[in-house]
Amino acid sequence: MNLENWTVGGRRFGVILIWLLMAGEIYTTFTFLGASGWAYSKGAPAFYILIYGALAYTISFFILPLIWKIGKKHGLHTQPDFFIQRYDSRILGVFVALIGVFSIIPYLQLQLAGLGFIVEIASNGAVSSKVAIIISFVLTCSFVYTSGIRGAAWVAVIKDILMILAVGIVGIGVPSLYFGGFGKVFKTLAERFPEHLVFPGTTPHMDVLWVMSTVLLTGLGFYMWPHAFGSAFSAKSSKTLKRNAIIMPFYQIPILLVFMVGFTALLVMPGLANGDTAFLSLVNKTYSPWIMGFVGAAGAVTAMVPSAILVLFAATLLAKNVYKGGINPKASDESVMRLSRILVLVITTVALFMAVFFPNELVNLLILGYDGVCQFFPGVVLGLFWKKVSKTGVWCGLLTGTGVVVALIVTGSDPFLGLNAGFVGLAVNAFFTVVVSLMTTPTKQLEVS
Amino acid sequence: MSFLEEGMQKGTKYALLLGAIPFITLVFALPLVNRIKPFVFGIPFLLFWILVWVLLTPLILFLAYLVEKRFNPPEEEDDS
Repeated sequence: MNLENWTVGGRRFGVILIWLLMAGEIYTTFTFLGASGWAYSKGAPAFYILIYGALAYTISFFILPLIWKIGKKHGLHTQPDFFIQRYDSRILGVFVALIGVFSIIPYLQLQLAGLGFIVEIASNGAVSSKVAIIISFVLTCSFVYTSGIRGAAWVAVIKDILMILAVGIVGIGVPSLYFGGFGKVFKTLAERFPEHLVFPGTTPHMDVLWVMSTVLLTGLGFYMWPHAFGSAFSAKSSKTLKRNAIIMPFYQIPILLVFMVGFTALLVMPGLANGDTAFLSLVNKTYSPWIMGFVGAAGAVTAMVPSAILVLFAATLLAKNVYKGGINPKASDESVMRLSRILVLVITTVALFMAVFFPNELVNLLILGYDGVCQFFPGVVLGLFWKKVSKTGVWCGLLTGTGVVVALIVTGSDPFLGLNAGFVGLAVNAFFTVVVSLMTTPTKQLEVS
Repeated sequence: MSFLEEGMQKGTKYALLLGAIPFITLVFALPLVNRIKPFVFGIPFLLFWILVWVLLTPLILFLAYLVEKRFNPPEEEDDS
């Protein structure tokens, strides 16, 4: 296998495989546990998950085909490659790669923690979460290690079928069994927990303004994830990506079903200590053990596919853009490839360590990653559409934006005046990118055809 | 010639206008729709609003696709 096959599948994926690959990245453990957990414990703020996908796909319709064309023309493999090519700076690529990897780690940690959680509950404690995490770590590593992105895309097929079956059975079954349908669930909720149906739900700070800033942050940030951005290069044409953007929103429907499970759990078994257990606890209470086993298996695979993709991209960023780009420009493609494989093992070990020792609420981990990756947005979008953008401008934007995010999070000031910290960072970032670009010489644009 | 220097094509402009719809309805309209009643098809109003616009997004993007095809000059075939 060469680097081109490992990271971008030889640029040969058609609409269906791209759809499955991207859905494989999007429908994660978080879909199962985080979304139902938030619906259960917080209520309406969970709806942000339904919204941001639609925004992300709309943006992808406009930017991914252009990114693909540049990638094809210049033989790009990764997101930092794009920055290097557009802004003619290898050091910028190193910086972008590092932010990417730092953002991927909490996301990966989320997947592993969620997986441990699912297996522990589904097996009724027979398999501890630590054992489950370690077993899945070995499995995930082995299929990335052997087959790269193509392996991940094909495992995603199995995962999607299992996940949609599990969510369909439970999401339609549970509300019908207890209440006779969705309408009755909402009616009962409106009587017993009306605050769950509007913002800010049961939370003190997740009001409309928080939802608006969070959906913008996550909608804009979505394709700035190094793996989501990089997957665009796997498509066989720019048209494939346009068509894919059109059909992606259909994948949002299962999320509604997941919310219904969270809401039904709230009515049937209120007072669970941890909302993230709502989905599985309700399945456990309602169905026979074999369905619980099936849901557990679907949940585990759902964690493994995105983990595999995340690990693959994090490893490639470090090997190609940090090692080759920053340390040893003369490294051959073979040695970059070999290093990527070794780093797959290293990165999973780090995330494994963090999942075992620093468990955190699932959604918080996800938003933390978004705070980082959304800082790429001005550099990418202005790089595609604005003639005057300059390397210095993008540097200033990235540095101030990430600086603000780190400062707000470290000092515990997130949310800041009701706004998500990542969003504040993004605003500062965009401001400096534009102002400094106007004061400096524009970086020469790329040819696409 | 770079695509950036061509200026924005007419079809792209219309497509961008269509693309603004989900942002208006699903972000900026939220303060106006943050309410439980009326229920529509048994769904509380806020959730109903969000669902409708999420499900209309594919249609909006499909229209944007058609508009680009109609008004922009055909692109070179990049499938291979």
